Amino acid sequence: MSLGKSSTELGKVRGLGSAREGGEHWIGERVSSLALLLLGVWLIASLLILPSLDYATIREWLRSPLGAVPMALFVITSFYHGLDGLKVVVDDYVHEHGNNFALNTLLLFLAVGGAAFALFALAKIAFGGAA
Amino acid sequence: MAEQRARPLSPHLGIWRWGPGMAASIFHRVSGSGLTVVGLAVLTWWLLALAKGAEAYADFAAIAQTWVGVVVLIGLTWAFFQHLFSGIRHLIMDTGHNFELGPNKTSAVFTFVASVVVTAAIWFYLLGGVK
Repeated sequence: MSLGKSSTELGKVRGLGSAREGGEHWIGERVSSLALLLLGVWLIASLLILPSLDYATIREWLRSPLGAVPMALFVITSFYHGLDGLKVVVDDYVHEHGNNFALNTLLLFLAVGGAAFALFALAKIAFGGAA
Repeated sequence: MAEQRARPLSPHLGIWRWGPGMAASIFHRVSGSGLTVVGLAVLTWWLLALAKGAEAYADFAAIAQTWVGVVVLIGLTWAFFQHLFSGIRHLIMDTGHNFELGPNKTSAVFTFVASVVVTAAIWFYLLGGVK
């Protein structure tokens, strides 16, 4: 059987598990890791480059598009990637189905809830009045 | 019927001598879990404090500058760079490279050296009175 252009080794198996799906989680973890490589280094470099880490300086930085937008992306991507990673850990060590489902659901709620609070706080800083 | 004897167990974690590859692997997991649980909690707390006002941010900054706070922040910095460098190493291995014993071991050692050097450089800069 020819798979045409995509018949590389990775192309052959991508999405072709017994369930014909499931590779998305693995791919998603790696794509988000590349995004976090850029965003994480941006965050740490920004904190080091800022003239001060006091309230007014950080607020002003997070009110500018080049502060607020990458920070929003960092919040979304880091919660997504962190949840993805913790799910792998849970699936490796918690085998009993009920406990596994309960723990993964709890982590999902915590991650979505945490990201929502962080984004709300960021929106309040970015769109609120000057400090 | 003969008495049931304990069956031999398949080789498991306990019988392997520790090596850089094993260490890089388990520290990737530990640093990722730590960044998610502690790092994202601190990030959300920091953003909420910034959103709430100068007083809340002063409270956050005061706690961050206690010795416990500094130790946690240094730990998060190290975890970030350890996860970053071993993450890059894993991305390279995902492409099927770096499985030869020599380079594999060298790159594992490199992740630890690099993460410690970068973390030390950042915190000498931060605590050296520059900020």
